[in-house]
Amino acid sequence: MSTEMDALILSRIQFAANISFHILFPTITIALGWVLLFFKWRYSRTGDDAWMKAYFFWVKVFALSFALGVVSGITMSFQFGTNWPGFMETVGNIAGPLLAYEVLTAFFLEAVFLGIMLFGFSRVSNFIHSLATFLVAFGTTMSAFWIIALNSWMHTPQGFEMRDGVAHATDWLAIVFNPSMPYRLVHMLLASGLTVAFLIAGLSALRWLYGDRSEQMYKALRTGVYMAAVLIPLQIFAGDMHGLNTLEHQPQKVAAMEANWETQGHAPLILFAIPDEETRENHYEIGVPGGASLILKHHLDGVVPGLNDFVAEDGTAEHPPVLPLFVSFRVMVGIGMLMLAVSWAAGWMLWRKDDINRPMAFILAGMAFSGWVATLAGWYTTEIGRQPWLVSGVIKTADAVAPVPGSHVGLTLATYLALYAVLIVTYLTVLYKLAVRAHHSNLEQDSDPRDDTMTMGKAAGGALAAGE
Amino acid sequence: MELDGDFLLPLIFAGLMGVSILIYVILDGFDLGIGILSLFADDAEKDTMVAAIGPFWDANETWLVLSIGLLLVAFPIAHGIILTALYLPVFVLLVGLILRGIAFDFRSKVSAKSKKVWNRLFFVGSLMAALSQGYMLGIYVLGLDLAIASMAFAALVALCLAASYGAVGAAWLIYKTEGKLQEKAVSWMRACLALTALGMVLISLATPFASGRIFDKWFTMPEIFYLMPLPIVTAAVFVGLWLLVARLPRADDRFALVPFLGMGVIFSLGFAGLAYSFYPYVVPDRLTIYDASSAPESLLIILAGTVFVLPAIGGYTILAYRIFGGKATELKYD
Ligand code: HDD
Ligand code: HEM
Ligand code: HEM
Repeated sequence: MSTEMDALILSRIQFAANISFHILFPTITIALGWVLLFFKWRYSRTGDDAWMKAYFFWVKVFALSFALGVVSGITMSFQFGTNWPGFMETVGNIAGPLLAYEVLTAFFLEAVFLGIMLFGFSRVSNFIHSLATFLVAFGTTMSAFWIIALNSWMHTPQGFEMRDGVAHATDWLAIVFNPSMPYRLVHMLLASGLTVAFLIAGLSALRWLYGDRSEQMYKALRTGVYMAAVLIPLQIFAGDMHGLNTLEHQPQKVAAMEANWETQGHAPLILFAIPDEETRENHYEIGVPGGASLILKHHLDGVVPGLNDFVAEDGTAEHPPVLPLFVSFRVMVGIGMLMLAVSWAAGWMLWRKDDINRPMAFILAGMAFSGWVATLAGWYTTEIGRQPWLVSGVIKTADAVAPVPGSHVGLTLATYLALYAVLIVTYLTVLYKLAVRAHHSNLEQDSDPRDDTMTMGKAAGGALAAGE
Repeated sequence: MELDGDFLLPLIFAGLMGVSILIYVILDGFDLGIGILSLFADDAEKDTMVAAIGPFWDANETWLVLSIGLLLVAFPIAHGIILTALYLPVFVLLVGLILRGIAFDFRSKVSAKSKKVWNRLFFVGSLMAALSQGYMLGIYVLGLDLAIASMAFAALVALCLAASYGAVGAAWLIYKTEGKLQEKAVSWMRACLALTALGMVLISLATPFASGRIFDKWFTMPEIFYLMPLPIVTAAVFVGLWLLVARLPRADDRFALVPFLGMGVIFSLGFAGLAYSFYPYVVPDRLTIYDASSAPESLLIILAGTVFVLPAIGGYTILAYRIFGGKATELKYD
């Protein structure tokens, strides 16, 4: 019994670790593909070399992120069998086709045209190269479409019937376009756009701090900042709509996000609290009166569902754990607000003075990976909010776990964690060095040949040119 | 039996899965093989070897995702049984694929010193992936039996499969390179061919003895005559390749693609043999494709998509191979 429990806990941690690692990279590649296409389009329209230089810098970031996305994705596709056989046995008839369509319509498209996109610039016409870039971007977006459809179905399942404990599809359109799917897809695509916008702005600001004032750096900087400034209001709006949708279909999740215990009108928006499931109350609560009612019901006296409505006769809670939801939701929204402030301030500065200043450069560089944090926080909110269900109302997480000895899962989990730690550090280091190096190879082209940085620049530039 | 959906669909999907695994083994086989052989190459040669697979490896690996996806989709119960039984080797495979995939990308973006480390990881990752696949094949052939003797047998199969990947890798290099590296590839190929042959003999000997059912299938009259051509043709192709490779490379570089095609034929024949032996089982002697298959309505909807999409995938894959045809040259982003 206890080893079974261990295997369950460990399998959950392992799944969470793997998917968290995986999602970091799709979040970048989905939107970065489109940004690269934008760079190419500007280049084709203006003939300005700086756009192409920006492209060649960012395509390297794309290649790295893509490689990490692919290898961690392969891990994901094996996980269903190795750790969650119960999942496929119960809902395989639904999940299977969705995953199959993802492979057929998205993965092959991305993988085949990636080669042409990365290495084909000097081998095919500019048009074919742009087409390849488009198809890769399109493929990553399709892949998001299918996997989000599946994930959303797990939250708000419909279009199926149960026969002998196995789900059978009855209406595919209803399955794919399940109630939470449009909201989740839009919110995720915007999250990807914002992550990339802040990454581009951040790395460009880093180059700015190192003294890079090249045209390609400015082009990327402006693209990143303006993109962020446009997307963040959309994201906040989409997030709000998403929350209303969740309120309708998974009220217990929203109650946990808001740490609201009693169903009540004029519910406060809690800014700070430490929710306690033992005593079923909040400690040190600071709230804005009526705030939650206003946000969720768009009316100060709107009645908001409370957690105490989701407790069984015998007192066991039938709602997700409160503290992690409460915290991760606040992290996401907090970063969203920060993004709004920073992107508008930076956008205003760029618009008025056509440049940024040092403090702003530091802020932008510091927020280079803020999208990652918000995205992960968002997914934790969503996924933990579905517990104890794996598929809402259909199968519980605990019933899907594999009969693998806990010690095996423990061993693999430890190795994955170590591997991921090394990979993340390497990834960040390489991005950092690419940024610094790009600046030095700029210097090489337009500065005094006796400059000290020259030798470094040359070596690095040479390595890049031989860059394979 | 009637030719209805309950009979045809599992068969079609078993076929699709088989084809997909076969394509994977041939295509990613050459990537992994080149990764393994990279241990024996100098630094400049390593760059050329990586350039010979650079534009393709990701797409090649996708056939694995499709295979495992089809297993998952069409035979979910079997997917669970097989992957939980092979939990640890699958893990080794995944770590290997992770290392191989990222080493590939990182090695070109780091300093000369770190590049050495990534080159080493490229080799290690490829070897891990190849060995674990061979090991899983061995265990699978013996009916997912986890006794010590089975493991020893599986370890031997692992070595032979890695060698056969080395052979396809070398064959691909003969086609994609020239000069000294090409000559090296020729000698690699001969060494690996010998081990490949050993592996196929081993598996052929073990399969009938591991399962009485398969024994009967092989050694009864008239079936034995249907089966006979398989080993005979395979042996002939082996001998032909052995002799041909000894005469390569030719001054005009003719026949440079033949070794690779020959390896493709060998893999296909070996695969056909396995498919013949195990049909209709997806988990050997335990679960048939008919017992394990998903609901027909789910399979039909996938089939509908596959019919349209698979030819398109084939088309653009060929396009990519043509764009990067000819001898491998330095890979550049610009
Ligand atoms: C919102 C987007 C998203 C989400 C939630 C997931 N993925 Fe993913 N995945 C992608 C978006 C993506 C992508 C953008 O399409 C990737 C990233 C880089 C790439 O090559 O494609 C990818 C790659 C990728 C690959 C490698 C594909 C290849 O060889 O090209 C596999 C096998 C998976 N994923 C499988 C999964 C599974 C089983 C998931 C869930 C449990 C999952 N992904 C969640
Ligand atoms: C990509 C972003 C995603 C992230 C960051 C994410 C994160 C998580 C986390 C943190 C959990 C653990 C919840 C808990 O145990 O309390 C979880 C559970 C789960 N999620 Fe997701 N998830 C993502 C997408 C998906 C998708 C696309 C699927 C399926 C297609 C999925 C399937 C599952 C399953 C099967 C579980 C149950 C296992 C468990 O409880 O750990 N997730 N996810
Ligand atoms: C600032 C206002 C925001 C609001 C009101 C908001 C609202 C929400 C809500 C309610 C959910 C949970 C949906 C559910 O499962 O029921 C969610 C999930 C999520 N959020 Fe946000 N969000 C905001 C900002 C952001 C930002 C800035 C990002 C990333 C850059 C982000 C990324 C995500 C992701 C990736 C998920 C999980 C996927 C999904 O369910 O859509 N959110 N958000």
